[in-house]
Amino acid sequence: MSKIIRHQRIVDDDWIAIADDAEIPTSGRAIFSWKRWQEVRDALKTGDVVAGVRIPNTLDLATAWDQLKDRPLIAIEFPAFGDGRAFSQARLLRERYGFKGEIRAVGDVVRDQIFFMHRTGIDTMVPRADQDLAVCLTAFRDFTVPYQGSADQPISVFQRRRV
Amino acid sequence: MYRYDEYDQRLVDERVAQFRDQTERHLAGKLSVDEFRPLRLRNGLYIQRFAPMLRISVPYGLLNSKQLRKHAHIARTYDKGYLHFTTRQNIQYNWPKLEQVPDILAELATVQMHAIQTSGNCIRNITTDHLAGVAKDELVDPRPYCEITRQWASFHPEFSWLPRKFKFAFSASLKDRAATAVHDIGVHIVRNDQGELGYTFFTGGGLGRTPILGYKIREFVPESDLLSYSEAILRVYNRLGRRDNIHKARIKILVKEVGQPKFTEMVEAEYAQIKGTDYLTLKPEDIERVRAHFTPHPYEASAAGDTTFADALKNDSAFASFVKRNVKDHRANGYKIVWISLKARDVAPGDITAEQLDAVADLADRYSFGEVRSTHDQNLVLAEVKQADVYAVWKRLRELGLATPNIGLLTDLICCPGLDFCSLANAGSIGVADEIFQRFEDLDYQYDIGEIKIKMSGCMNGCGHHSVGHIGILGVDKKGEEWYQITLGGSAENDATLGDRTGPSVDRANIAGAIEKIIDVYLEQRASEDEAFLHTYRRVGMAPFKARIYAEAVTA
Repeated sequence: MSKIIRHQRIVDDDWIAIADDAEIPTSGRAIFSWKRWQEVRDALKTGDVVAGVRIPNTLDLATAWDQLKDRPLIAIEFPAFGDGRAFSQARLLRERYGFKGEIRAVGDVVRDQIFFMHRTGIDTMVPRADQDLAVCLTAFRDFTVPYQGSADQPISVFQRRRV
Repeated sequence: MYRYDEYDQRLVDERVAQFRDQTERHLAGKLSVDEFRPLRLRNGLYIQRFAPMLRISVPYGLLNSKQLRKHAHIARTYDKGYLHFTTRQNIQYNWPKLEQVPDILAELATVQMHAIQTSGNCIRNITTDHLAGVAKDELVDPRPYCEITRQWASFHPEFSWLPRKFKFAFSASLKDRAATAVHDIGVHIVRNDQGELGYTFFTGGGLGRTPILGYKIREFVPESDLLSYSEAILRVYNRLGRRDNIHKARIKILVKEVGQPKFTEMVEAEYAQIKGTDYLTLKPEDIERVRAHFTPHPYEASAAGDTTFADALKNDSAFASFVKRNVKDHRANGYKIVWISLKARDVAPGDITAEQLDAVADLADRYSFGEVRSTHDQNLVLAEVKQADVYAVWKRLRELGLATPNIGLLTDLICCPGLDFCSLANAGSIGVADEIFQRFEDLDYQYDIGEIKIKMSGCMNGCGHHSVGHIGILGVDKKGEEWYQITLGGSAENDATLGDRTGPSVDRANIAGAIEKIIDVYLEQRASEDEAFLHTYRRVGMAPFKARIYAEAVTA
């Protein structure tokens, strides 16, 4: 099992990613692409597979939420360092849709974006293979009192200053 | 001016530690060149033609004397004894060493300054009127709103990895001195018919390769909703702005592609969702707390009784010509606003030495409540000088070479660092600026020409705002040679307009001459001495200018 970061700790990954052309497993925790998920969701209703969904960062949650709301895991994609679309998806999932399951960041996940991921409500990071996980953990401490309210804590600095 | 509290100071200190760690990991080979790049950029650090260039944030262009002295120290210790003021009211160093940048940031943190988000695809330094708080035509001081926006934008969890850079400008006066029309978001602070304070929001403006003027997206946003409306615009942009082509990634392109009505509809839908969120909603006390940092200085009522200023004007013609161009009325009786010209012959526009900085800090302490402003046309302002002191200030500025009486005139031109320093540039700009300076140095000639804004960029990124210059000059590369495109009729003020191209570009040998020809045509064509260049151009059109420029010049 590969190592990932969940709730600011290094843990074994207990999910497997299913490629679009791979066979559907009969049991276990499996992450399907958004496209595959739409093809197989009815078939999975009866089996023992626990299914998470990996969504593209261009997906409009306003239209897709109904198909995601009962999932225990939504993986969001960071296709390249600097492509920040999924930060909006994460905040919307947590703050607008009240998603309580796991949001995991996949793709080009590197140490220097983990602080932002944490702040937008992403609780699990699957760092890129070359990343040192112990170094990644230090990212949570980059800043101790952020200016903005967000998915991790809803108090802005302006509120803090109110006596 | 705004003073950090424990939250602000802690954030800046933590930023120094974070950047030191990033730099060390990079130097140790643990952070690749490609991945260090966006990290150093959002800290204002470019790797340039000769050395790194470090851009320091000057929020809304306000500096105190302690900060100026710190910059003089940094310029001497880490650079070559001078620094550069930019068109975003910021400071740039051209020769720092990469490994020393964390130390420079640590020095800056001790005077409540930083380089956060001075570059990179994030929300940049918030700019406003350089006359904020002293202008007669101002509704309220815009700086508290800029500071609130600065804090909200700093390390924003969602909007730190945008498709492209994002620039805010605020204006709260009748005359727009902050070029709000050419910003990603332009905010005008206004009162509605009920007398309530709020904001008119503009968006979709920007310079660069495809200059576009912003459009009014909402007539009135309540004062409490500055951050929620901003967040709504940014969220739509972060989700939908193009990321496949760097030249089509600014919000202006998104607005153009989806159309203004659709863009407005999406922002309004988002605003409706987040409006009223506690952490986005400003209470009057929040604004008041920040506003308290910008209360008017204690002006002396007796200042207006001074007669020495009028006497000096009568008796010293050199002083009189300085006052004519570089001094304007403050809204408090007996006080004046004094411009320090950073446009002298043989000096790159916007450059200032460490010695000059120290001296300006002394002047600020002695005569202007310890504060100095930087302007987006790359000058400095001592905004609150008693009229009785203006003569002494002028004498000192003259000794320092900072009293060129050319504010608003032809040689007060805006210019980016160009090919001499910048790795993006296609052509030199400082050399051209200097040549223009030489041709027009005679002040009587400049006075005759009157108010004119020449703006020059060394490449189409447009740091020199050429698209909105009355005369714009854009450096282009043609087979390794420097050529220049000319535009006429641009403006960044209330009548914001993008300039029209004259035609083919002009080579290096002929560009200064071409500017002279344009001025000749203007002087011949103007209806009277009171008709400014821009008005003449709008009246007579391009034809006479074009005919003269291309009569003999080598073009391509």
